[in-house]
Amino acid sequence: MDQEKRIGVFVCHCGTNIAGVVNIPEIVEYTKTLPNVAFADAYTYVCSTPGQEMIINAIKEQNLNGVVVAACSPRLHEPTFRRATERGGVNQFLFSMANIREQNTWVHMEMPEEATRKAKDLIRMEVARASKLEPLEAKVVPVEKAALVIGAGIAGIQASLDLAASGIKTYLVEKEPSIGGNMSRLDKTFPTLDCSQCILTPKMVDVERSENIELMTYSEVEDVSGYIGNFDVTIRQKSRYIYEDKCNGCGKCQEVCPVSRPNEFDLGLQPRKAAYVPFPQAVPLKFTIDMDSCIKCDLCKADDACGELEAIDFDKPDEIVNVKVGTIIVATGFDMYDVERKEEWGYKVYDNVVTGLEFERLIGASGPTGGKVIRPSDGKQPKSVGFVLCAGSRDQDEEDGAKPYCSRVCCMYSLKHAHQLIEKIPGCVPYLFYMDIRSFGKAYEEFYYRIQDEGGKFIRGRVAKITEDPITKNLIVTAEDTLLGEIMEMEMDMVVLASAVVPTESTQKIKKLLTLSNSPDGWLLEAHPKLNPMSTTTDGVFLAGMCQGPRDIPDVVAHAGAAAAAASIPIHRGSVTLEPIYAIVDEERCGGCATCIGMCPYGATELTHVDSKLIAHVNEAKCKGCGTCGSACPSGAIKMQHFTNEQIMSEIEAFAQGW
Amino acid sequence: MSMANEFEPNILGILCNWCTYAGADLAGTARMQYPPNVRVIRVMCTGRLDPAFVLKALSLGADGVLVSGCHIGDCHYLAGNFKSRRRVALMRKLIEEYGYDRERLRMTFVSASEGALWAEVVQDMVNTIKKLGPNPLKQAGAAGQEGAIADEF
Repeated sequence: MDQEKRIGVFVCHCGTNIAGVVNIPEIVEYTKTLPNVAFADAYTYVCSTPGQEMIINAIKEQNLNGVVVAACSPRLHEPTFRRATERGGVNQFLFSMANIREQNTWVHMEMPEEATRKAKDLIRMEVARASKLEPLEAKVVPVEKAALVIGAGIAGIQASLDLAASGIKTYLVEKEPSIGGNMSRLDKTFPTLDCSQCILTPKMVDVERSENIELMTYSEVEDVSGYIGNFDVTIRQKSRYIYEDKCNGCGKCQEVCPVSRPNEFDLGLQPRKAAYVPFPQAVPLKFTIDMDSCIKCDLCKADDACGELEAIDFDKPDEIVNVKVGTIIVATGFDMYDVERKEEWGYKVYDNVVTGLEFERLIGASGPTGGKVIRPSDGKQPKSVGFVLCAGSRDQDEEDGAKPYCSRVCCMYSLKHAHQLIEKIPGCVPYLFYMDIRSFGKAYEEFYYRIQDEGGKFIRGRVAKITEDPITKNLIVTAEDTLLGEIMEMEMDMVVLASAVVPTESTQKIKKLLTLSNSPDGWLLEAHPKLNPMSTTTDGVFLAGMCQGPRDIPDVVAHAGAAAAAASIPIHRGSVTLEPIYAIVDEERCGGCATCIGMCPYGATELTHVDSKLIAHVNEAKCKGCGTCGSACPSGAIKMQHFTNEQIMSEIEAFAQGW
Repeated sequence: MSMANEFEPNILGILCNWCTYAGADLAGTARMQYPPNVRVIRVMCTGRLDPAFVLKALSLGADGVLVSGCHIGDCHYLAGNFKSRRRVALMRKLIEEYGYDRERLRMTFVSASEGALWAEVVQDMVNTIKKLGPNPLKQAGAAGQEGAIADEF
């Protein structure tokens, strides 16, 4: 370490992104005057191949032993420049990066002088840090040859099938008794009008048949610890009060069960028993007893019901299963916005106001009416149906919990509903109240034209109020037709609210377990919105489907495939390289006070006896490198590698040289 | 500087890698403009905040120190921000003992998706420090010299 420090500084123009604001020659000349700087130069794009060659050549020609690049954010290009440093023959951890783009030229665009001064300061601070950096060796650890997928809607199903097909053991965990998610509730899918069940159920069956998929329905992930390649997962398999290996799905328990309660799968539109499967095509076709409503009459256990199978056991406990996986895919999907909060539309007040998903069950062949569209108040066929688009989407009303984003599916599913009404009920007119029709996908715009041709009526304006005629139960819809500039009132037989999609409640729980982030709208945050929409900031954890943001089925399937591919890479490679950013203890200085023990959320610090002296020890595998222990250590015995006190202090000293 | 006589504070930022640093990057990507008075040190977690960092910066003449991390409950390392929040609360009292206004040290919570909030936080911190004036050590011409607390750190 006593070797003379020779640092090379490379200032990036980033085209005009940086050079268009700050004075690059002035910065380079200033940089040359800094202590330990042996070389400084600028280049148009340092991240390009010639730019990286420039670093590598300078290391060799100038005999450099440290590198600083002043360019974009280290969150973007630190790995690029670390590799270049390593290729030049210098340990990659002797590299440091000054962020003079995202946190300088892009935020002080009209202040060239101040930005130039700030760039100099930031470079001086990074040079000071680079002067104190120490070479570290990245650690290579093996990867468990298994993956976990959380949530078994179409996203989780697709991701699991892809992982399994590439030979990876996949644990697919679903909290409901059956897989299938929201897609299994849909009747037809836009714009092709494929029957949703027909295209989904083969995939569901594939999941059940796949040798590489271990399906855990009616189960929830309770705990996750570890890191990429080596996650320890605790899963609670809730008791169905029926042994899955004994149940043959005959349904006799359901037949004799005297209890009746609303079926969640049908959004309460028809009843189910306490012994039930959510829908006939459920996978697995294993019955579940809902203990909250079971009256323990024992009829299901009788000889004419389950009888000899002896599959039912009211005392069957939950089971806790521990699995080890290398990577994790989150596919927790979406719920519907609680449109009851929009009081002006009278949902749950007027019988004939339903949500889009409820309408989907009403029009669906597998739904409570067998696909016959009737209005809830009197069972009559509606002849005029109003569709309120953007019901809770594209709405800034925070008090109602409405969402500012576009839910991306409502325009299209409402168009599809309009088509189905015209097809099923001769003379029925659908009226779509819209702000903009967003038919952005392949063959979507054509579908929109088709519905116009078929007789769908489009009124550009938001519905302000819905009231009910108490006798006929017809609805009076008040809206502004913004194209005519007139307030209009229309009487409708029925109204469908195309409610927004929102993240599921369990998304928050999974987010905490996996230390993910979410955007302000609640959807899980991706590693990069453009170039890495299926990864997260937690290494080894990926996102599939709606949990990351609203999208339609084709996009969900593509996203899930991308997540599966990304999640399979470390597993197929067999090992991952971990950053050697963990804490180490100087045994000479440690007094064994145990302050650090309480600091660590991972239990990575522990007290051990060394030569009869009690000292702290950091378990490298458990340490994630936050450095909280180091800043609490009263004797300065804990060194947080790559973020040492010495390194940070030198940055602060360099900062203070700015005035 | 914009006006010859106007005081432009020098503020040290200590930001966690996962939330506020990313949020500050997002402010850049979205070209949100804010005052150029903060110099940022990136740490993995605000839990890395050693009280000595704050004292060192102030003793060398920093006009303010802005610590910013993930929202409570959203820490990438589960609870590092809880610890730094406690430390900052104590440090704000401690620096008063040294004669600094407690507002010279501030902790905020800005997530990776809150670029606009980061711009607001910086603007607000700069306004506050401008009102307080330069670091008292600088006013006395003693910054970086044999100051009372400079020795210890």
